[in-house]
Amino acid sequence: MSDADVIYKTDALIAEDIDQYLEVHQHKTMLRFITCGSVDDGKSTLIGRLLYDSKMIFEDQLEALAADSRKVGTQGQEIDFALLVDGLAAEREQGITIDVAYRFFATEKRKFIVADTPGHEQYTRNMVTGASTADLAVILIDARKGVLTQTRRHSYLAHLIGIKNIVLAINKMDLVDYDQAVFDGILKDYTEFAHSIGIKAFTPIPISGFKGDNITGLSENTPWYRGPTLMEHLETVEVNSATDADKPFRMAVQWVNRPNLDFRGFSGQIATGTVRPGDAIRVLPSGKTSSITRIVTMPSEAGPAGGAGGGGDLEQAVAGQSVTLCFADEIDCSRGDVIGQADNPPQAADQFEATIVWMADEEMLPGRPYWLKIGTQTVTATVQHPKYQVNVNTMEHLAAKTLDLNAIGVANLSTDKQIVFEPYEANRTLGGFILIDKISNATVAAGMLHFSLRRAQNVHWQATDVTREFHANLKNQKPAVLWFTGLSGAGKSTIANLVEKKLARMNRHTFLLDGDNVRHGLNKDLGFTDADRVENIRRVGEVAKLMTDAGLIVITAFISPFRSERDMVRQMMQPGEFIEVHIDTPLAEAEARDVKGLYKKARSGELKNFTGIDSPYEAPEDPEIRIDTTGMTAEQAADAIVARLIP
Amino acid sequence: MASATKNLTHLERLESEAIHILREVVAEAEKPVMLYSVGKDSAVMLHLARKAFYPSPPPFPLLHVDTTWKFKAMYDLRDRMARESGMELLVYQNPEAKERGINPFDHGPLHTDMWKTEGLKQALDLYGFDAAFGGARRDEEKSRAKERIFSFRTASHGWDPKNQRPELWNLYNARKNKGESIRVFPISNWTELDIWQYIHLNDVPIVPLYFAAKRPTVERDGMLLMVDDERFPLKDGEVPVERSIRFRTLGCYPLTGAVESEAKTLPEVIQETLLTTTSERQGRAIDKDAGGAGMEKKKQEGYF
Repeated sequence: MSDADVIYKTDALIAEDIDQYLEVHQHKTMLRFITCGSVDDGKSTLIGRLLYDSKMIFEDQLEALAADSRKVGTQGQEIDFALLVDGLAAEREQGITIDVAYRFFATEKRKFIVADTPGHEQYTRNMVTGASTADLAVILIDARKGVLTQTRRHSYLAHLIGIKNIVLAINKMDLVDYDQAVFDGILKDYTEFAHSIGIKAFTPIPISGFKGDNITGLSENTPWYRGPTLMEHLETVEVNSATDADKPFRMAVQWVNRPNLDFRGFSGQIATGTVRPGDAIRVLPSGKTSSITRIVTMPSEAGPAGGAGGGGDLEQAVAGQSVTLCFADEIDCSRGDVIGQADNPPQAADQFEATIVWMADEEMLPGRPYWLKIGTQTVTATVQHPKYQVNVNTMEHLAAKTLDLNAIGVANLSTDKQIVFEPYEANRTLGGFILIDKISNATVAAGMLHFSLRRAQNVHWQATDVTREFHANLKNQKPAVLWFTGLSGAGKSTIANLVEKKLARMNRHTFLLDGDNVRHGLNKDLGFTDADRVENIRRVGEVAKLMTDAGLIVITAFISPFRSERDMVRQMMQPGEFIEVHIDTPLAEAEARDVKGLYKKARSGELKNFTGIDSPYEAPEDPEIRIDTTGMTAEQAADAIVARLIP
Repeated sequence: MASATKNLTHLERLESEAIHILREVVAEAEKPVMLYSVGKDSAVMLHLARKAFYPSPPPFPLLHVDTTWKFKAMYDLRDRMARESGMELLVYQNPEAKERGINPFDHGPLHTDMWKTEGLKQALDLYGFDAAFGGARRDEEKSRAKERIFSFRTASHGWDPKNQRPELWNLYNARKNKGESIRVFPISNWTELDIWQYIHLNDVPIVPLYFAAKRPTVERDGMLLMVDDERFPLKDGEVPVERSIRFRTLGCYPLTGAVESEAKTLPEVIQETLLTTTSERQGRAIDKDAGGAGMEKKKQEGYF
C-alpha cells in the first residue's frame, strides 16, 4: 500500500459517483511551480515521482519507461523516473534536460503545472523563464552535498523574479540514512544564506524522490520531521492570483472589440484588482475618466454566469480573468492603454531603473534601440551602460560595460514614449518586460522595472554630429547663461532687457528667458508653491542648457528664490558658463517701488506665497556678479554686466 | 465570502490564459488562421475563440487540412460549427495526394506525410497565413512539453527545438523574420481531463463518435477499426462486426483505433478516461513510427 493511495482516495469516487467526482474537481485551483537543482540533484526523478504518485502515468507509458530504464536508465533494474521527464532526443542521449519543459498533474485540490528548469551553469535564462510564471519554487539540495554554489544561484534567481513561496527540498535523504543532523546542518547553512539575500521565509522538507519519502505521505524513516509533506504543502500554499485580487484595479487593453456601431468594448486580462459595473476608471496614459457599464463575456446555456462554465455579463471580475469592459463615455482607448482605478491609477514614465537578464548570444549594446514589450505596450527603448552586474554565485556587484548571455545587471533605460507601468515588486504584469532585437526579432532580454527616474542627469544622451562647439564657433561666441536672481521688483527684467539690447548691438546671439513670459507658456501649469517653484526653475534650466548647446548667450530673469535650485542649474551647465547675477535690492526698496502692485496684494493677503513676504528668498552667497541697485542706474548695471561677460 | 470568489478555479485560469493568447495573436499577427481538425481539442479551442472575441465573431478563418479520410460525422460537425460561429471555413486537400490517390491502406506513413504535413504547408503558403492556431497540448507527448506557446517555423516550416525564444510571464514576442510563420498553441497547458471537464461545463459540441454506440468494426493488428464508408477494403473472410465502441481520439478513420465502451454520456466518458490505463494517443498509429523520438522528428519536418 503506497502513500499515494491514501492521498488519492477520491480515485474510488470515479467509479462510484462520477458526477460527485466532477463536482469536486471543478473547484480545484491551480498552482504553477518550478523545480531547480543541479544536474544530479534528482529534479527529473522528483517530477517523475510526483507524476507517478498522482497517477498521471499510463500503463503504456510505464511499459515504455521500464524498457527505456533498462536501456539508458541510471538506476539499474529499477524504474528511472527521470526518463519520463527528459523529453527531446538529443537531451536523452546526454542524460540532461537543457530547456524549459512543462509537466502536469493534479490532485483533488489542485492542478499543478511544473516548469522543469535545468541546473546547468549556462542556462540562467531558462530558469528565469520558468520562474516568471511560477507561484512557488522547489529548490533541491542533494543531502550528501549540502548548500552548493548552484543552490545559492537558484535561490537568488527565484527571489529576483519575485517568487514568495520557496520550498527547500533536501533530497536523497535515503543516502544519508535519514540522519536528522545532516538535515539540520543544511538547514542552518541555508537559513543564513537565505536571510542574507532577503528571502524572508521558506519551507524545508527532507525527502527522497527516488524512494518516495515525504512526497505524498509522511515517511516513517524521518520520525523527527513534523512538517507537511511536499504534496501537502503544494496543495495548500496560497497562489499569486489570490493576492493580486487585493491590489488596485489594472487591466492592459489588448484589443478593441467593435462589431458594430452600437458596441465598443475593451478586451484584456485583468492584471490586478477587482472590477464591477459602476466602478470609476481612468485610462492611462491619457488620464481620461469614465465608469464601467458592463463586464461582457459570451453568454452560455450551461451553468451560471461567472465560472468557467458560465457566461454572459458579470457582476464582478478579478485578477487573472480575461474580460471585455464597456465604458459609460466615448473616450479614446486602444491597445497599449491601461485601464486603472480612477482614484488610484498607475503612473506613466519614460526613464527607469531596471534589473535586466540578458538572454542572447550577442551582448547588450548600450544605446542601441531595442523593442521593449511590457503588458500590451511595445515601444523603442535604449539601455545605458550597466550600473553593475551581479555575480549570481556570490551576489557581488561587479563593474560592467555591457551584459552578455545569462548576465544579470542593473541599468537605467529610457523609452521613446511614456509607458504605463508599476514597479515589478507591486505588479508583475506592469513591471516585467522583454527586449526584442529589431533586426533578428529575437527576445534578447527580460527585465523588471524598479522605479521611474526624474532627474535629468540620468537621461541617456544621443550623440549628434553637429556639436555644441560647432554651434558656438558658427556664432563666433562663447555660450553662457546670465542667471538673474532677486526679489520681485528688484529690476531683473529691466536690466536683463538692457543687457540683451547691448549684446545684440555687438552682434552677439542671445535669448532672454523672462519669468513672467515663461509662465504664459512652458510653465503655465505651475503655481507658486515651493514644489512648483522648484519645477519652474528646473524647466527653465533645461531650456537654458539646450540654448547654450545651440551656442546662445542666455539671459534669464527669474526670482529663483532657492539656493539649491540655482545650484542645480549651475551643475547642469558646462564649467564657467553659468554666471549668477544677483540683482540686490533690499525688500523695503522693492516694496516701495512695487511696479506691478504685487507687494500690496501680498501684504493684504490677496496673494499667497509671495517671495519676501510669506515665502523665503535665499540670497546668493557668492554670485559671479552682484548689482546693488540702490547705488547705480539700470543702464550702469547693464554696462557692468556686459563688461564682465565680454572683457 | 469575498475571498472565495477571488480564487479562480484551474479551468478559469486556463480559459483566461487561452483567451489572452488568442487576442495577442489577433492584435499582432497580420493574417492569422485557426487550424481546425474537428477533434475535441479543436472544439475547445474554437469555443475559446468565440468567447475571446464575443460579441464579434473570431476575426480569422477556420482551416481544415482535409485528407478525405475523416469520419463522416466529423465533416458534419465541421460544417455545422462554421455556420454557428459565423466564421469562414477553408478546406484544403493536397492536389498531388488527390491525384495520386494516396490512402492509408496502400501508402502507410506516406498518407500522413502527403495529406497532412505537405497539405498543411501548401495551405499556409497558398493563403499566406503568418500565424496558425493549433490545439496541441503539452501533456500529449514528450517533445510537445518543451515547445513554446508561440512556436516559430522556418520558411520551409521546420521546427528548431534548440533555438526557441524564451517566453516570460504572459509576454509573447510575435515578431517574425521574412518567410517565418508562427504556430500558436492556446491550450498548451491543458490536460486531457481539463478538456473533458471544460466540454462538460460548457456544453461544447463534439463529434458523436466520442460517445459509445453500436458501430460496424473490424479488428486489425490489435486495433479496432470502424468501417465508416464503402472505401474500407475488407480482407478475405473479414466481416464487419457490430460492437459498442467509441473513440478517444479522432483522425483518419482507417488509422484511428476505437475502444469497446458503454459510455454514452459525457460523465461516463470522463469516468472511463480516468479509469483507463493507456495513454490517449496510443490509438493512433502515427506516434509509433521512429521509436521514442517519432513526434519530435515529424515536427522538425513540418508536421504540426
